[in-house]
Amino acid sequence: MLASAPPAEAYLILSAVLFAAGGVGVLLRRNALVMFMCLELMLNAVNLAFVTYARELDDLGGQIAVFFVLVVAAAEVVVGLGIIVSIFRRRRGATADDLSLLKG
Amino acid sequence: MEWFVFALGTLVVLLGAFGVVTRTNPVHAAVSLVGTFFGIAVLFIAQDAEFLAAMQVIVYAGAIVVLFLFVIMLLGVDGEEDLAVDPLPGQRPAGALVGAVLAVGLAVVVLVGAVTGARSVTAELDADVANPVAIGRVLFTDHLWAFEITSLLLIIAVVGAVALARHRPDAQVDDDLPGDALAADGPDADDAPASEDVTP
Amino acid sequence: MNDLLFLIPALPLAGFVFLFLFGRRVGEPGAGWLATLAVGGSFAVVVATWLDLLSKPAAERALTQKVFTWLPVGGFQVDLGFLADPLSVTMLLFVTGIATLIHLYAIGYMHGDPNFSKFFVYLNLFVFSMIMLVLGDNLLVTFLGWEGVGACSYLLISFWFGDERNASAGKKAFVANRVGDCGFLVAIFFTFGALGTVKYGEIIAQSPALATTTATAIIGALFIGACGKSAQLPLYVWLPDAMAGPTPVSALIHAATMVTAGIYVLTRMNPVIAVASPWIGTTIAVVGALTALFAATIAVAQNDIKKVLAYSTISQLGYMFLAVGSGAYIAAIFHMVTHAFFKALLFLGSGSVIHGMHDEQDMRRMGALRKVMPITTATFLVGWLAIAGVPPFSGFFSKDEILLLAWEKSPVLWAVGLVTALLTAFYMSRQIFLVFFGEKRWDRPLAEAAPDLAAEREAAGATSGHGVGPEGEIHPHESTWLMTLPLLALAPFAFAAGWINAPFWDKTKFLTHWLEPVVHLGEVHSTASSGMKVGLGAVATAVGLLGIAIAVIVYLKGRRDLAARIEAPVLANGWYYDSSLSAFMGGPGRKVFDAVAAFDAKVIDGAVNGVATLVRESSAQGRKTQTGHVRNYALGITIGVIVVVGLLLSKAVYA
Repeated sequence: MLASAPPAEAYLILSAVLFAAGGVGVLLRRNALVMFMCLELMLNAVNLAFVTYARELDDLGGQIAVFFVLVVAAAEVVVGLGIIVSIFRRRRGATADDLSLLKG
Repeated sequence: MEWFVFALGTLVVLLGAFGVVTRTNPVHAAVSLVGTFFGIAVLFIAQDAEFLAAMQVIVYAGAIVVLFLFVIMLLGVDGEEDLAVDPLPGQRPAGALVGAVLAVGLAVVVLVGAVTGARSVTAELDADVANPVAIGRVLFTDHLWAFEITSLLLIIAVVGAVALARHRPDAQVDDDLPGDALAADGPDADDAPASEDVTP
Repeated sequence: MNDLLFLIPALPLAGFVFLFLFGRRVGEPGAGWLATLAVGGSFAVVVATWLDLLSKPAAERALTQKVFTWLPVGGFQVDLGFLADPLSVTMLLFVTGIATLIHLYAIGYMHGDPNFSKFFVYLNLFVFSMIMLVLGDNLLVTFLGWEGVGACSYLLISFWFGDERNASAGKKAFVANRVGDCGFLVAIFFTFGALGTVKYGEIIAQSPALATTTATAIIGALFIGACGKSAQLPLYVWLPDAMAGPTPVSALIHAATMVTAGIYVLTRMNPVIAVASPWIGTTIAVVGALTALFAATIAVAQNDIKKVLAYSTISQLGYMFLAVGSGAYIAAIFHMVTHAFFKALLFLGSGSVIHGMHDEQDMRRMGALRKVMPITTATFLVGWLAIAGVPPFSGFFSKDEILLLAWEKSPVLWAVGLVTALLTAFYMSRQIFLVFFGEKRWDRPLAEAAPDLAAEREAAGATSGHGVGPEGEIHPHESTWLMTLPLLALAPFAFAAGWINAPFWDKTKFLTHWLEPVVHLGEVHSTASSGMKVGLGAVATAVGLLGIAIAVIVYLKGRRDLAARIEAPVLANGWYYDSSLSAFMGGPGRKVFDAVAAFDAKVIDGAVNGVATLVRESSAQGRKTQTGHVRNYALGITIGVIVVVGLLLSKAVYA
């Protein structure tokens, strides 16, 4: 059998990779909804890190933090999708690149 | 045993992430996202956070992804997106580089710095107490204020979303070039249906 | 009496302000009377001050008043203060007195002018500035008045600015004065630098401590200022052109008051001159003598009645500088006083003639006016004899005193002064004979009466306007009482003013005793024997009579050939000095100005604008980061995150 449990670093590295993947997705995808999904990936990576720390430090506070992140992420998705709906309601393609009115 | 769970969970997570980032069809991306969420839930359980795993599945996979799919259905944006080219110059290489550096950097941080922090600040993970009970104890005593506020936040979010997305009878949003949207949003503008096509 | 000194400038100032605000509403002739009353009131206060000073013993004759502290800057304190001592009271007496008479005259002269009240606004402002100049107790208040009279001179010369020549004349006066003002300012700087004060009392008290070179520098700089203001040789060019202004202006400013300011300042600073190198005094005397001769030669060939008087003024001012340079301050002031009376009389008389001849100013159109304008003629004759230096008229005594002290300084200077006296008598007599005697040239049309003048006018294209009279017959008439009364008031003074310093006995030398406390440090007293004095006086008288005699032969007896030879074109054109100055300024001078202007535009403005351009260009480049695309912004944020992570990492590793 292998060692008892994977070290915390393993989980943390996974979290880092997931975070970076989500970041790359936000930067490179143009579809607004897919960008949002990548954003969720990043949040999940953070959640994973919190839980890992909770176990490492023997502290329930990490899990409480994840709880709140979850709730707020839900609220954020609700509002964000509402915004996307209101902007892209009548457009054919929901591309983030179309929204460049702030071009200076 | 835990190694096996870890490996399985990691595989699922990474496959799902890969899918989200690379699938052109948004619906496929949403399904990949569900996969990722399940993987994360598994990893939560492996780390003795059962309550959170359940919440993850219920809230994320069960509600949020459904919401995504509803919006996709509503807006009809299940068209394909061309991933071969990026209209913004330099974005693709910069993004790839940034992502790589971020991953490596965070990994290095993790490996170099030991996990530090004060132990058991809030409460101990006690194997005898069920996880929901333990969380509930802490949540409703030490973090009651935050809990109530988040409930308020949820109501605000719902109301806000309704306000944002409701159908306006004199809607001014149009489907022509973004530049014209600004002109049409003036007080003296009516619906000004465009005569030009959207240029990608 | 000290506390009432401020009334002397305050009354004309009040007149100025009131007329400035309400003059147009008061209109003609109320504005004129109000202005006259203001200056007359000032004159009354001056007389009261004079009487007050007379009642004091000689050593204490100085009234001072401080109105307020003007510049309290660290160790340097300048007050707006007044000093009424014998010198300033002497000047104020004739300044305000003659100014009152000229204001009265102007009510008649400017009758019918659409800008009647504006004229009196400027006149009152001028009198105020002149009073400040004279009454100030420090160099800065004097400078305030100095600049003020310069500005008013500009305003008044170009009063009829519709004609561009008048406007140019005003500008010329102002610019020429400005050159001199630089000198004055430099003198103030030197004085402050050397003595730490600009107050006259303190300068005089500390003057013995001045180094010779410093004193010379101060006087040199002041002399440049005086050359500008008092129209001496390098900077006189504005005065003949200034005749473009109305005649009361010429009389007040350019005969009696403003042009004497330079001499006043030099007399004030006579203790400093006393400790300066002797060569500066000699320079002043030489410049004065040369100017006197130069201007007199030009006056011989002038045909405009006012231009003759203008050059005559420059010439007489040259005499005053000759006196100052020779250390004869009392003689200079004496001549200033007599000159004020007779020159004002002559100018006002000429104004009366011009008015009577319906704006004709050329003497070739006049003649035998004594029959139609008796009062003007009589008073003009008094002025003529005074300026020609015929005893017992006033001019004789003052000119004689200057010539005496010039002889003691250098016989060469005396000779120059003598020749000038000859020329003065000659050209003034020429003017008298051309204008008041001889045959009438105005009762026929222009082409008949004065064909050369007609040809000249046609060539120049001057058909009407200022100074050019009607082409047809003219019917001259005597002027109104408003204009003849001042003439009649001035004539006795022009006759008798010489007796304030008659040289015969010490007791009659009122002016000398009166001014003694002011000039005792610098005054050079005559050491000649009484025989020498009488001899020199006889020579001067003979020369004056000779000049009159020559004029009689040439002009009264009609010797046209001699007249043509004397009135050479080079003299008529002022030895081409003015025109060469203009050519230089227009040619090489202009290139220098253009170069300086180009430097200012390109380098200085370029630097300032360059900064703006730099900012604009760099911000235009910076603007390119604002693409409007969210994904670019997200990239930026991510890069920032990486930087922060890197920082934390480095802290963790190395800290």
